[in-house]
Amino acid sequence: MAKVNVDLQRERDSCSFNITELTHWIDGGVQKTEERKKREEMALKEGIHLEPVPSVYLSHKEKYELAVKKACLLFKMIRKLQEEENAGMENYLAVLGGNLGAAILGDGNPLTLHYVMFIPTIMGQGTVEQQAYWIGRAFNLDIIGTYAQTELGHGTFVRGLETTATYDASTKEFVLNSPTLTAYKWWPGGLAHTANYCIVMAQLYTKGKCHGIHAFIVQLREEETHMPVRGIKVGEIGAKLGMNGTNNGFLGFDNVRIPRDHMLMKNSKVLEDGTYVNAPSSKLAYGTMMFVRVMLVNDMCKYMAKAVTIAVRYSAVRRQSQPKPDEPEPQIIDYLTQQHKLLVGIASVHAFRMSADWLWLMYNNVTAELDAGDMERLPELHALSCCLKAVSTDDAAQCVERCRLACGGHGYMLSSNLPLTYGLVTAACTYEGENTVMLLQTARYLVKAWQQAAAGNTLPPTVSYLGELRAGRRSPPWDNTIEGIVKGFHMVASGKIGICVAQIEKRQKNGMSYEDAWNMTSVQLASASEAHCRAFLLSIYYKDNEKQVATVSPELRIVLQQLCDLYIVYWALQRIGDLLRFTSISERDIEQLQNWYEDLLVKVRPNAVGLVDAFDIRDEILNSALGAYDGRAYERLMEEAMKSPLNAEPVNQSFHKYLKPLMQGKL
Amino acid sequence: MGQMNEDLKREREKCSFNMNDLINLMDGGPDKTKMRREREDIMISRRDAYADIPEEYLSYKEQYEQAVKKSAYVFSLLRRLQHEGKTNLHNYRDVMANFLRSSDVGTGFPIAIHYIMFIPTIMSQASEEQQAQWLQRAWDCNIVGSYAQTELGHGTFIRGLETTATYDPSTKEFVLNSPTLTSYKWWGGGLGQTANYAIVVAQLYTKGECHGVHLFIVQLRDEETHMPLPGIKIGDVGLKMALNGVNNGFLGFNNCRIPRNQMLMKHSQVLEDGTYVRSPNSKLNYGAMVFTRVVIACDMVNYLSKAATIAVRFSAVRRQCQSKAGEPESQILDYLTQQHKLLPAVAACYALKVTAGKLWDTFSIVNEEMIAGNYERLPEIHALSCCLKAIATRDAASFIETCRLACGGHGFTYSSNLPATYCNAVAACTYEGENTVLLLQTARFLAKTWQDIDNENGKLTPTVEYLKTAKVKGYSHEWVNSVENIVYGFQVVSMRKIASCVKSMQTRVASGATFEDAWNMASVQLVSAAEAHCRVMILSTFSSEIKEMTRTTSKEIKRVLEQIVTLYAVYWALERLSDLLQYTTITGAHVDNLRAWYEELLTQLRPNAVGLVDAFDLRDEMLQSTLGAYDGRVYERLMEAALQSPLNAEPVNYTFQKYLKPFLQGKL
Repeated sequence: MAKVNVDLQRERDSCSFNITELTHWIDGGVQKTEERKKREEMALKEGIHLEPVPSVYLSHKEKYELAVKKACLLFKMIRKLQEEENAGMENYLAVLGGNLGAAILGDGNPLTLHYVMFIPTIMGQGTVEQQAYWIGRAFNLDIIGTYAQTELGHGTFVRGLETTATYDASTKEFVLNSPTLTAYKWWPGGLAHTANYCIVMAQLYTKGKCHGIHAFIVQLREEETHMPVRGIKVGEIGAKLGMNGTNNGFLGFDNVRIPRDHMLMKNSKVLEDGTYVNAPSSKLAYGTMMFVRVMLVNDMCKYMAKAVTIAVRYSAVRRQSQPKPDEPEPQIIDYLTQQHKLLVGIASVHAFRMSADWLWLMYNNVTAELDAGDMERLPELHALSCCLKAVSTDDAAQCVERCRLACGGHGYMLSSNLPLTYGLVTAACTYEGENTVMLLQTARYLVKAWQQAAAGNTLPPTVSYLGELRAGRRSPPWDNTIEGIVKGFHMVASGKIGICVAQIEKRQKNGMSYEDAWNMTSVQLASASEAHCRAFLLSIYYKDNEKQVATVSPELRIVLQQLCDLYIVYWALQRIGDLLRFTSISERDIEQLQNWYEDLLVKVRPNAVGLVDAFDIRDEILNSALGAYDGRAYERLMEEAMKSPLNAEPVNQSFHKYLKPLMQGKL
Repeated sequence: MGQMNEDLKREREKCSFNMNDLINLMDGGPDKTKMRREREDIMISRRDAYADIPEEYLSYKEQYEQAVKKSAYVFSLLRRLQHEGKTNLHNYRDVMANFLRSSDVGTGFPIAIHYIMFIPTIMSQASEEQQAQWLQRAWDCNIVGSYAQTELGHGTFIRGLETTATYDPSTKEFVLNSPTLTSYKWWGGGLGQTANYAIVVAQLYTKGECHGVHLFIVQLRDEETHMPLPGIKIGDVGLKMALNGVNNGFLGFNNCRIPRNQMLMKHSQVLEDGTYVRSPNSKLNYGAMVFTRVVIACDMVNYLSKAATIAVRFSAVRRQCQSKAGEPESQILDYLTQQHKLLPAVAACYALKVTAGKLWDTFSIVNEEMIAGNYERLPEIHALSCCLKAIATRDAASFIETCRLACGGHGFTYSSNLPATYCNAVAACTYEGENTVLLLQTARFLAKTWQDIDNENGKLTPTVEYLKTAKVKGYSHEWVNSVENIVYGFQVVSMRKIASCVKSMQTRVASGATFEDAWNMASVQLVSAAEAHCRVMILSTFSSEIKEMTRTTSKEIKRVLEQIVTLYAVYWALERLSDLLQYTTITGAHVDNLRAWYEELLTQLRPNAVGLVDAFDLRDEMLQSTLGAYDGRVYERLMEAALQSPLNAEPVNYTFQKYLKPFLQGKL
């Protein structure tokens, strides 16, 4: 390995804490770190991620072909690992997630939905017999499945889906149809040319009556020849901003018949004679969704960690301008504006990580309660997961893009890996629930909670502040401390929800329907929901950080506290307007906050490289010319440039064909 | 052509104003509209010759080859305009800028830089003899040039460039060298495989002394064979987020010799014996930079107009959710949250278009003054162009991305043309001056103006005059919710921010910090002050220009444009409430009313949303979008575009037999 860039080496030498200690802390203990490293080593030593010509230079079709090859080799390896170790889901989670998964299949994986949606849906919604039949085949990879819900004309509004599954009692089959163009299934990963089976969400008709959306297992392609089955119209939806290896597909049905027992019947059933038996409980599908959302928030942390690692290391290597004559050009990380762009990104990784952990814990508690028949906390959990999905994907997309822009022009190079990372993150803003729709779902819960509080009822823990703050009408004096800011954010959220409720009521009084009043207030409702999430994030980060730093070394504790302070003060300054509106903060307090923030930037600055090193992202996973551990940014940029196929020949054919005729005026 | 989507048809029928009148007004008159449309006709006249397979399915190399093909056809059209006498060296900047704006851009043009940088630089920096030697050949496109300034390790800080040009009096040549890896030229458009000449910015050494950066014309490739010349190391920088047809290149020199007269010598000179003659006036370089930034602001209007058109039309066609039981699903444009995402973007198109147009005019005046030797307004116009470039690119990128996300998953599809539009526009945030650096340049001008404000008796230049008036009554003025007062409020914010930055720097300097360190510590706030200043400029220009423009228009157009101006002002007031609450006398009650006003404005503008984007008059060939085409056949077009994917040409991809099947059977 070549020498480490001297600036980067100096940064590491001057780091005030033990980087390994922080890595262990992030992973959740020495043992977890070792397991992770072992897994990474196992996955990478096969060399599946290596590309003689970077896949980004390939045509769209070749990209897919390479993705299939890699995905097959990857899961073959995992299958072997599973057999050897009899391990749990960790191996799967790792290669499907944003670190290792994205390192090997940087532009999407056509088999992801098989594991993330196909198998879990059968587990969650299939009967015991259906599970026995399908899960084994799916885990053995006798079949490859995907999950088709969204249609060309229908996303958010699931009840509006058009695909029909009509029961034919004479043959004991369902007949699937796509009555219109807008009914075509659209988007599922792996659907186009990869999967041979699919879970299809369709309107169930039996005995002439529609019973709403249900799930069906449909064979798409012959297992032997892979040719589409009769009546199935399947293909890919074309190139996208990112994730071009995912093989997102469309799917149309023309009288496709499937046996009765291909409807997933754990909850509702259709009997042989076509009688529909309603579900005992329709709330049990939450499991898959919560799992996916927690995984999503964790993925957002991984992508942010990558982006900020790349940008911080590059900013330590890059030198530019000469503010003081006769001194060398400063590292760009010494500019306060650069610190302002990057350092909060490091803190965000920790903040969202802790919130995701908290959500997962709550989910497990709620599931235990559910098993005991108690559904009380389900709406609270749902509301929290909705806004956290929206805010985490939104913040992550902005964080990654800010890091990318902070690298100047070089961040525009694909070899920085920042553009592809942005593509992966921003996709999450619209999939798995469009963000505005998510925020409005949370808002619906918050409005109800507010009304509950008004009626004098006690509220569940994550919204209990609404009741408390409603009680104390007058703003207490502003307290310019971290606790004070966290409290201030609760006051902002509470104040915003209160205004929304009042607005809706006022509009209704003026004769608007509730729906119209809701719509007219929805911009503010989305903002109230965001404020609620922001208050949650800040208070969890603050509390859990306090708890967790109790056991670390004093050197590390100081840094982690600075980071947490930085995050909270940063957000206070971002939301000054709200604080001025809903708390008694003064202009003087704000000036102090601004000074405090600038001071924190300067304090965190010397440990910036150490803090990102502690994310412990291997070069193979970072996959970035700007962010590699050794900091040889310029050498790597040039090495990557030399891989461009255009550089393989001194003169491109288009010179003779077009350029020369143009220059000679002959075109 | 299929039938127009019913929803879109209804939207157009209920539009309250005359479409052609608004189009003409925004173009600057019916004759201007006619000219623009003629240009567009020409531009698309040879599309069939180059637009075969959609670029997104091609390999990188094929994308480049297609871009060369496209450029060759497009620029041969430009040559046709030349021959017909429709453009010449005097007006070609306008023609060029507009010409490229009439294209679909796509992956970009590898020879655009020839017209945008190579020729203008020769015009402004070459001596008369040099112009005689080079200009005609360049103009006829007998040679293709690039412009190589930025290096792998050096961008913002031009004085830090490392490439050297050392004069050798014995042969009367300059010897060019790249002493380090970081000194390699990096980014030049068309530099990789396309150009055969380049203007190179290098440190001039003569008689053992360095005289700073100067410009040189260097031949890169043989005119006949296109092979790189000896001593030239050249290639492509590799894949970028977008604009992959531009062929950005790298360039290194190893004792590359060029004749003495290939240093551009309009200003400074090196005589035959190696004597350096300093330029009497080196400020003219600024003129070119200001011009480029104005062009960028205009380009941003174009990108943003595309995105807004696509997203608004799609939102009129797309129906989702049943807000009331028993009713059909609503057009998503009816949701206030959707209006909140799109209508400010539409307003921003109008605001930036008007402001950039005004700046273009102002720049032309200042340029005339400079040619006459009067440089008085240069610092002001430079400061203005810096912040306007930064804010226009940032606003455009962020509104475009909002428009893209507002189209949900379909906005992620390449065929919507929103991904490419975003990626093309966001590139401008870092090229031609990184935005933070530019805002700090504006801040420097503002801080200086503020420090001198009491010394200069009424001599402030027009764009900063408000600092004085705001200072007089800034702390006690009573707030009213009106556009005028919002503009005024932003003036106060800008003034207070600058004042506070200057004060905090003075405090730091007084307690022992160097000026540079104090500046650095204040820089986050300085950026924000520069931004506030720019916001004042846009808001006040937009509102006063629209007032002027609508004097003689129909009352319907007047009304809708007033609504647009108001929406824009109220939107930004709400976005910048932090500043207003902190620095003006606005109260909580005002804020509540402002929000209600905003919601009402969205509702008022909603019925004209489609009309307002139709008025951008962007032809389908320029939009290149399945979601945004004029007829609104969104779903049909999405499916048609999907079927163009080469993967869909075969029912089974070969990877099934090769990898998937063996994998499934455990035989891999």
